Amino acid sequence: MKLEEEVVRRQRARARILALLLGAFVVLMFFITIAKTGKNW
Amino acid sequence: MPAIELTNPAALPADWRDLLALTKPRVMSLVVFTGLCGLLVAPVMPPLVLGFTAILCIALGAGACGALNQWYEADIDAKMRRTAGRPLPAGRMDRQSALHFGVGLSFFSVILMGLATNWLAAALLAASILFYVLIYTVWLKPRTTQNIVIGGAAGAFPPLIGWVAATGHMSALPLLLFAIIFLWTPPHFWALSLFVRSDYAAAGIPMLPVVAGAQSTRRQIFLYSLPMAAAAVAPWLLGLTGAIYGGCAAVLSFVFVVLAARVLANRATEPAGMAPEKKLFAYSVFYLFALFAVLVADRWLGA
Repeated sequence: MKLEEEVVRRQRARARILALLLGAFVVLMFFITIAKTGKNW
Repeated sequence: MPAIELTNPAALPADWRDLLALTKPRVMSLVVFTGLCGLLVAPVMPPLVLGFTAILCIALGAGACGALNQWYEADIDAKMRRTAGRPLPAGRMDRQSALHFGVGLSFFSVILMGLATNWLAAALLAASILFYVLIYTVWLKPRTTQNIVIGGAAGAFPPLIGWVAATGHMSALPLLLFAIIFLWTPPHFWALSLFVRSDYAAAGIPMLPVVAGAQSTRRQIFLYSLPMAAAAVAPWLLGLTGAIYGGCAAVLSFVFVVLAARVLANRATEPAGMAPEKKLFAYSVFYLFALFAVLVADRWLGA
């Protein structure tokens, strides 16, 4: 495999996973905030 | 950019699968399970999302430990057959990426734990990561045959963290759960190190079988299995759990001691003749899973 292709493939795969993780983190923080403010926690 | 043939994989951005492998997912499963059990047996149940976050933080903290361990031991891992295929010794990733990944994951898990649950749980998580990396990996493992004995404390933290995440304070039961894993670790690891002794010897790690020999290790395995069994039934004897746990813990621990006695009776010096050691190692993993599962069942069915 060519170096340039492999670099781009890995960067894309990591960017996609990072985007998914960031999205999940935002959702998680939202629900943590709801849980912490809604109950006496 | 001109097309260049791929010659040095470590110079490329790390593949996400190798980053995942750095976290030692199989080890993480036992850590997550014991942490979850610690949380589930607590007298107070946090909101679902906070409980989930606590377990997520324990998992991420364990992953950080795995990454930092592999960063520090890349040279040692390259000398052992069992670990030579890991991302760093195999040359699929550069060490600095592993270090950044491990440190980043450590900070993230501790801060998230503090924000979501309480700062005592976060402090315990930070202590467990520091203990595993600094006390066990850097200090004890390359220096003393007692590395597993003292270092075992790092793996014993998760149920304690799970409990504290739910309740905000410590008490007798999670400390006993800590003691069970602490005493379980030496026989578990020494059984493994008996049949992979040549690997440890090649890497220069002073594991007990390498320094003291097989028979001395077998004696130690049996001796440690006795207080471990006592610690396992102690929650029942002290009235902290019900009879379901007490009966199952007694039977599971009895089988553990019998298997440890078979290891003690074995005289084999080559891995091919170490069936009792392999059996004890496999059973020790099942033992811990079963013991903690029964503990949760006892708490929820007996309540």
